[in-house]
Formats: sequence, structure tokens, C-alpha cells
Amino acid sequence: MILVIAEQRDGVLHRASWEPILAAQQTGQPVQVAVAGVSLASVAGELAAAEVEAVLTIEHPALESYTPDGFVAVFADVVTGTQPDLVFLPHTYQTREFAPKLAVRLGRSLITDCIAVKQRDNRLAFVRPMFQGKFVADVAPTGPAPHFASFQIGAFRPDAVTRGATAADIRAVDITLEAAVIRQTMEPPFKEAKQAVDLTQAERIVAVGRGIKAQEHIALVETLAAALGAEVAASRPICDSGWLPMDRQVGSSGQTVSPKLYLALGISGAIQHLVGMKGSATIVAINKDAEAPIFEVADFGIVGDLFEVVPALVAALNAEGGGSSGAGHP
Amino acid sequence: MKIAVCVKQVVTREWPLRVDDARTWVQDRDASFEMNEPDAYALEEALRLKEQHGGEVVVCSAGPPRVAQVIREALARGADRAIRVESNALATADSGMVAEALAAAIRDEAFDLVLTGLQSDDQGFAQTGVVLAELLGISHATIIMEVQVVEGGLRVKRELEGGWFQWVSMPSPALLTIQSGINQLRYATLRGIMAAKKKEVRVVEPPADLAPHHEILELYVPEKAKQTRLIEGSPVEAATELVRVLREEARVI
Ligand SMILES: Cc1cc2nc3c(=O)[nH]c(=O)nc-3n(C[C@H](O)[C@H](O)[C@H](O)COP(=O)(O)OP(=O)(O)OC[C@H]3O[C@@H](n4cnc5c(N)ncnc54)[C@H](O)[C@@H]3O)c2cc1C
Ligand SMILES: Nc1ncnc2c1ncn2[C@@H]1O[C@H](COP(=O)(O)O)[C@@H](O)[C@H]1O
Repeated sequence: MILVIAEQRDGVLHRASWEPILAAQQTGQPVQVAVAGVSLASVAGELAAAEVEAVLTIEHPALESYTPDGFVAVFADVVTGTQPDLVFLPHTYQTREFAPKLAVRLGRSLITDCIAVKQRDNRLAFVRPMFQGKFVADVAPTGPAPHFASFQIGAFRPDAVTRGATAADIRAVDITLEAAVIRQTMEPPFKEAKQAVDLTQAERIVAVGRGIKAQEHIALVETLAAALGAEVAASRPICDSGWLPMDRQVGSSGQTVSPKLYLALGISGAIQHLVGMKGSATIVAINKDAEAPIFEVADFGIVGDLFEVVPALVAALNAEGGGSSGAGHP
Repeated sequence: MKIAVCVKQVVTREWPLRVDDARTWVQDRDASFEMNEPDAYALEEALRLKEQHGGEVVVCSAGPPRVAQVIREALARGADRAIRVESNALATADSGMVAEALAAAIRDEAFDLVLTGLQSDDQGFAQTGVVLAELLGISHATIIMEVQVVEGGLRVKRELEGGWFQWVSMPSPALLTIQSGINQLRYATLRGIMAAKKKEVRVVEPPADLAPHHEILELYVPEKAKQTRLIEGSPVEAATELVRVLREEARVI
């Protein structure tokens, strides 16, 4: 049996939870799904629509807000009690925080950020990116079962989960949880003060990454954006360095955009960036490294030095005149 | 406040990586190395906390003798002393093994605060810090963007997905995994580099009984999901052709 640990907040299921459920279904083994919190009826009902053996609900007042200590404590009991062969989770921020502690408390191995499961030499292997997506590795867990694996968000299609003919059993799991084991006090989530730029509405975006090398070169990117009638966006390191404001960041911790045109300059294409822009209609990458992962998602690419290509692009756009308006095209 | 910062040495971002002959790691014998990016931010945060609250910053790194380079760099930036866990096997080890080695090296020092990066640029497990917290028996929080020292412990700002944040309080001792961008990095000064030469570096061996938690069966280049049309030619030719394609074929400008 594979136990999937689903994630919810305030009674709303995290959509990424469907992905480890699908990964588990695809192995052909029976699947159970566990979810922790308070007032879980509706989340459990939603999960029970999938073809799974059972949905296990773990309710306790001390689980009203997630804490790493609370989750490690209860899931350690649930895993020990249900004795699964494998435990799957979505590789969310929450999983990153408690799953490594959970696995090591039980003396088990955890393989994070997996994108596929396969059989290899009669062993179960997990495929995961390495070196920022430049390579992938087939990795086999060692030591006693259950082995834990977390799945990269977006690696599986949530809507491909097999639905059951009838709703699965929903079972409340009896747990004891000493409030004293929880050392963290969580305050309610909040967003930073209103964002000044809304990149989600932009039709065209010129995004710049660390290939730009220095703050003084940002002007070059702004010139190209102006010639294209585009907004300027950036990868995280550019905003971390303070070269562009944080609200221009695209990716898992920034904005998610889907413009008609996304032009990526000197961006390698780490997964945390890709999730924020891969829904764009046309993606163009300019990068001096032909093997940069950004080319995995690009429709058009130029392998070259952006300091040579960008001025040439600006010249080509301006030579044809009125390049910024795009007028006359649907 | 006695603070430990764990820094990992990784291959420089710009290094052209190739899979090695055994097809389980990269050819890194002649590579150049640097400090894992979020670890540099963790170090900076530790230095700032020390400046505000006093105490000591101890940098810890595990790996082959070459990791002495990132230790020197951290000492030059202002760390007070270092612990280096020397082991060739730890260069490619899983996070469980590394965390066990680090825990053994720092446990007796009873740090008030342990900082790590949120994940490594090479293996990217996003686990070592959290496992270390469990092995040390201390509280932890991950992906931290601000640290406040409060009565009896810490109040920290935790990054959530999609632009959300959350404040979390906990008693010390504690371990935090630091996200890039939490502060602005300082660079080593000439004076710092000179001073670093006199600072203490304690070299220790990892416990003998470390066992792996996983095995890399094969490392390879991923298959392309999408056919990218590469536009060739000189920069001027390629730029002209790209403008034509975007205008006439993709119709996006
Ligand atoms: C929890 C978490 C959340 C994150 N959230 C985000 C996020 O929201 N957004 C985000 O972007 N990242 C995010 N990251 C960081 C992400 O993992 C990458 O580190 C980051 O996206 C890399 O940025 P980059 O591509 O600009 O830099 P690099 O990876 O350093 O890439 C630079 C690229 O520029 C190319 N280049 C260099 N010089 C030139 C030149 N002269 N001409 C052309 N090309 C050149 C290089 O070949 C390289 O491909 C997050 C990471 C974590 C762990
Ligand atoms: N060999 C190492 N030596 C010191 N610190 C390490 C080592 N490996 C990992 N770390 C720390 O653990 C963090 C997370 O690494 P990882 O679990 O590999 O993603 C890094 O950012 C470092 O702070």
C-alpha cells in the first residue's frame, strides 16, 4: 500500500496533492490518502472521489494551523500504524519543512522533488532533477521500507487522477497529540503590501536573469522591452540583488504569468522559474549555453551572447519602425 | 548568541558540467567551486545577528579537503572560526549522511542557533538542515526571509508559495533554513582575508558508521519535452530572423 499525505489549509485542498495520488495510482499498488487538520469533512470528501482504498482523516484542535512539530508527531504515528510500503507527498513548501524530519524520526529515507517513478533492475527508482535541472538522476532508496518520496509540483497532471466508481471510505484515525510537543507558534499568512506591477496582465514580457551580469546592464533590457512594448520581469537572483524590485519576479515565489510573448534573456530555466512562465503562449530564450534547461520549454531560441543579440534585436525592431505597437495584428 | 552556519561547496554555476564515466556524478576534478548561494545569505544573516546581539559565528562545512576554500571565504567575510568535516565520501553523499556528519561535529558545542541554506545548487535535496534539526533535537523553520531575536527565542518570517508569508515563533535553540535574498551580501575585504589566516579551523572526521540512504543509479541529460526552433547565424542575422518569426509566424509583436 502507498500512503499519500495530502495537504490542505483552512479546508481547501492544495491542488498539488493530486499529483502524488496519481504517481501512486500509476504504480498499480493500492493507495490510501491521509490528511491532517480540523473540519476535514469537505476535503476528505473531495479526496474520496479518487480511486483509492481509503481516506484517513487526522483531526485534532492542535492541528488547526500546520506546525512542523505537530505534523511530524501525528504522521509518525499514522505511518507506524498503517505500515505502508511507500509514502508519497507533494513537494510543497510545507512538505519541505516537515517531511525530512518525519522520515528521519522513523529512520527512513526520503527522496525529494521526484518527477517520475520507474522500475530499474528490479528496483523501484525515483527520477529527480540534479544540478538545477541540467541533469536528472535515477535514484533508488536504501534501508528499510517504507521509503518516502515527494513529487515536484507540475510533474504529474492532477486531472489525470483515476476516479473511483464509488466514493472511497473515509476513516477518522485516532491519534494522541500532546500539545507540549509543538514548539512553533504560527501567525496567519499574509501578503506583502500591494504590488506595484501586475505582470499577469502583460501581453509581452522581457525577463532577465543572472546572465545580465551587472545592474548597469539592466538598461539594455529596458530598451528592448520598450522596443517590444513589453514589461520587464526577472528571475529571483536579479530581485535578490536589488537590481529590480521584487514585484517583477516571476516564478514559484513570484508572479505566475502567461503573456503572448515571454522572452527570457540569460535565464537558465530552474524549475522554480519555469512554473511561473511555462504557460506563456510563445516562449523565446536567448542563452549562451545550448544546454540550459530554459530551452526545454522555449518555442524559439538563440544560442548566443545576449550582449550581442539584444542590441541587434533592438536595431531590427526599430529599423522596421513602430515595433512597439504591434498594431495591425490580431 | 552562539551561531553555527553550514555552508556547502558546489561547482561554480558557470562551469560546463559533463556526466562522468561511471554515469553517477559529474566530472568535477578540474572544476572551480563556490559557496552554495543560499548559504552565503545564511552566513550574512549570522554575521548581522552577531553584530546586533553579540556572540560568535562558527562556519561548518563537510566534504573533501577542497572545501577549505569556502571556509576561508566565510572566515574572510567575518566568521570567527570553523569546523571542517573531512571526508571524500561526503562530496556526493545524500542529505541524511551529511546531516549525521554535521550533527556529530557540532552537537557538543550547544549552539543557540544553527543556520543552513534552504537547498543546495547541486543535489537540491532541501533536506540537510531539517534532518540536522531532528538529529540535534531542536526546533526549526524553513525558507526564512527575516529573523528577529525575541525573549526566549526567535520570531522568523517564513516564505510560503505564491507571494505569501507567515511569522513563526519558537524557543531557542533552533535551526533555520535561509532563503536567498533575505539580506544584501557583503564581500570580503582585504583586511578580512588577512585576518582569516589566523582564525581557528578545527578538522574532524565523520563518524565511521555513516550509511547511505539512497543510491544514484544513473545521472543523465533529460529528454527534451518540446522542440525548440533554434535560430542560427550571426547575432544580427539571428536577431533579424527572430523579429520576422515573431511578427509573421507567431504574430506576437
Ligand atoms: C524555494 C525556492 C523558490 C524559488 N523561487 C524562484 C522564483 O520565484 N523565481 C525564480 O526565477 N527563481 C526562483 N528560485 C531560484 C531558482 O532555483 C534559480 O536559482 C534561479 O531561477 C536562477 O536564476 P537565473 O536563471 O537568472 O540564474 P542562473 O541559473 O545563474 O542562469 C544564468 C543563465 O544565464 C546564461 N548566461 C550567462 N551569460 C550570458 C550571456 N552573456 N548571454 C546569454 N546568456 C548568458 C547562463 O548560460 C545561464 O543559463 C527559487 C528557488 C527556491 C529553492
Ligand atoms: N556538505 C555540506 N557541508 C555543510 N553544509 C551542507 C552540506 N550539504 C548541505 N549543507 C547545508 O544544507 C543545506 C541544504 O542542502 P541540501 O539538503 O543538499 O539541499 C545547504 O544549503 C547547506 O547549508
